[in-house]
Amino acid sequence: MSSIPFNSASPNVSWQLPDRGRVAMLSLIIGESAIFTIFVVAYVFYIGKSLTGPTPQQVLEVPFFNTICLLSSSISIWLAERSIDRNRMRGFAAWWTATIALGMVFLAGTAKEWHKLINQDGLTIRTNLFGTTFYSLVGLHATHVVVGLLMLLLVLGFTVAGRVGHEHAERIQVLALYWHFVDAVWVVVFTVVYIVGR
Amino acid sequence: MADQLVAIPETFPVADAEPVGETFLERLHGWVVTVDHKRLGILYVAYSIIFLLVGGAEALCLRIQLIRPNNHFLSAAVFNRFFTMHGTTMVFLVGMPILFGFANYLVPLMIGARDMAFPRLNAFSFWLTAFGGLLLYFSFIGGFGLYGMGSAPDVGWFAYAPLTARAFSPGHSTDYWAIALIVSGFGTLGTAINVVATILSMRCRGMSLMRMPLFVWLMLVVSGLTLVTITPLTAAQIMLLIDRYLGGHFFDTQAGGSAVVWMHFFWIFGHPEVYVLVMPAFAIASEIIPVFSRKAIFGYPAMVAASAGIAFVSLSVWAHHMFTIGMTSVSNAFFTLSTMLVGIPTGIKIFNWIATMWGGRIRFATPMLFCTGFLLQFLIAGLTGIILSVSPLDWQLHNSYFVIAHFHYVLVGAVVFNIFAAIYYWYPKATGRMLSETLGKWHFWLFLIGFHVTFDTMHFLGFLGMPRSIYTYLPDRHWNSLNMIVSIGGLIQGAAVLIFAFNLVWSWFRGQIAGDDPWDAWTLEWSTSSPPPEYNFAAEPVVMSRRPLWDEKHPEDPDWKYEQ
Repeated sequence: MSSIPFNSASPNVSWQLPDRGRVAMLSLIIGESAIFTIFVVAYVFYIGKSLTGPTPQQVLEVPFFNTICLLSSSISIWLAERSIDRNRMRGFAAWWTATIALGMVFLAGTAKEWHKLINQDGLTIRTNLFGTTFYSLVGLHATHVVVGLLMLLLVLGFTVAGRVGHEHAERIQVLALYWHFVDAVWVVVFTVVYIVGR
Repeated sequence: MADQLVAIPETFPVADAEPVGETFLERLHGWVVTVDHKRLGILYVAYSIIFLLVGGAEALCLRIQLIRPNNHFLSAAVFNRFFTMHGTTMVFLVGMPILFGFANYLVPLMIGARDMAFPRLNAFSFWLTAFGGLLLYFSFIGGFGLYGMGSAPDVGWFAYAPLTARAFSPGHSTDYWAIALIVSGFGTLGTAINVVATILSMRCRGMSLMRMPLFVWLMLVVSGLTLVTITPLTAAQIMLLIDRYLGGHFFDTQAGGSAVVWMHFFWIFGHPEVYVLVMPAFAIASEIIPVFSRKAIFGYPAMVAASAGIAFVSLSVWAHHMFTIGMTSVSNAFFTLSTMLVGIPTGIKIFNWIATMWGGRIRFATPMLFCTGFLLQFLIAGLTGIILSVSPLDWQLHNSYFVIAHFHYVLVGAVVFNIFAAIYYWYPKATGRMLSETLGKWHFWLFLIGFHVTFDTMHFLGFLGMPRSIYTYLPDRHWNSLNMIVSIGGLIQGAAVLIFAFNLVWSWFRGQIAGDDPWDAWTLEWSTSSPPPEYNFAAEPVVMSRRPLWDEKHPEDPDWKYEQ
């Protein structure tokens, strides 16, 4: 084999490359950001262009509690990451569960908000441009929360079964990156939908 | 990384890697469940070549319809379907998959890795892409829907609103278009992520970023660009489906929506997409031209910088597709200038390729012939691009055959020429056999003549005001003989591609045995056997310069003495 002679250089030279999981997750986040950018741009462009009501001012309430829950989940997952990095598996399980609970509270809050909008205010995706852009953007974000929760639950299942250990810290951090991204996107969605657009 | 830790003894018999005596079904099963980057690369390329023939046949049908005025070869409705399918096929089922096929096959070999970073994601992405393509073509049967209308998509490959609204596109044809592209788009996204992770995280010892072959560099840039290019299209198509299925109003002008927003979203994807297609062609040229000029590439750092520069500039030029919709003068001026800016990094590249050839001992084997054709044609394509970037001139030429001629000069004259070059160059590596040089020369010269007969002439049709996407024309427009010439050129190209297809099959069985390194090249893929064993490299290579095989072959004068 002619490939063998390449081993001539000294093997002591340190050769460190970035973790492939982290690189891939960051790439995915870049791609996802582009998707969200398009939806956010559409939302902003169509603010105030609906021909009929209801308007955001009439029906939207600022979901402070929801937002606090979702943003706190970024802190709790960071604490979980730190626990697994320091091999404290009980702490990891506790903070991980807390993250899932906070995510679920957020989803429940969104469900309650949508229930009110649909049943009391009569706003659906086909009512007007506000409905179309609102449900698309918030729904796209909620979809990402659901996907994130499914992955977090999978890890929780393995943790309860005792299959997650200190050696998985790197992978947990890669997954946590995604969760941080979902939280960061909410900051943008919250600002655009509930502050700027209202 | 687990696969890299397995030590394989240096005396491992390579010839035994391909087990003999398997039944046909076992071999087929092996190809379906494979996660090997080389097999997936070949699958991508084979898939694209099949669709290249299909898309080419559609183009020939369009040209036969236009060969004389008032022709009745295709009906107006079928003509619309065929140009939509031709465009969609060539961009999404030929251009992207074949280039990612080359990336799949070559990037791990060039960086001294045993596979991609995520082999299973790789297989998943390929099958998503393949399923997307089948879904698009299934529309010929399934597009009728409950209304009994439609068949294949007929809204143009850019599918402008409001033509795509339910009222104007009943049936399911437009849904097939959108969903097929969403599906293959996710496949593309998966591959792009995989390529980025492979290049950043899987390089062998000593393969620092500035020692990577330019092919790998360009694939890194292209994959990074793909991350932010294909996703806006996916987002826009989700919006389109919301409009069509859930009664949304994104592009519904009667409810305050905007058709222009679709144009922006589409071209935010559509223009960087051109660079996603053309930069792998640069990647191919940057490997082939040095090897056949017997010189190291001229201006390596400048080439890297120019590639990154093109990627950045390409993100801010999309509205030059939209000069005629009535933007403000400031927008027109901005997009004119940013479009002209692309000429600087691409100009750097052209000069560097010429400087590489300058004073070299050039061997005009078939791959080099195609790359030389590429250089000239890409230059002309760039010049007509500069012409079109001038917004007042664009108002005159917009949607005419001049535009068609311009972008076919890029997509055929640059991209397809280099795809052919790449296949002639790397076919020996993938199969162990050379493609026939005689047939290759016939292919090149016929294709070159056909290309120029068709697309040079098309420019003049554009000047004479022939609009694109018309299924026929009146005899008194002075377009008759030019259209006849264009169509004849198309048929010549078709004959050349058939020679190529025959060459691929014939050489598979009868081609001359290639050996490991038939071109006396310098990058790592030529250090393994042809075809490479499943694990690529028995021992992980260590490189010390940009041309590891040169160092190997010329220990008295290695490159690493001069590279810093």
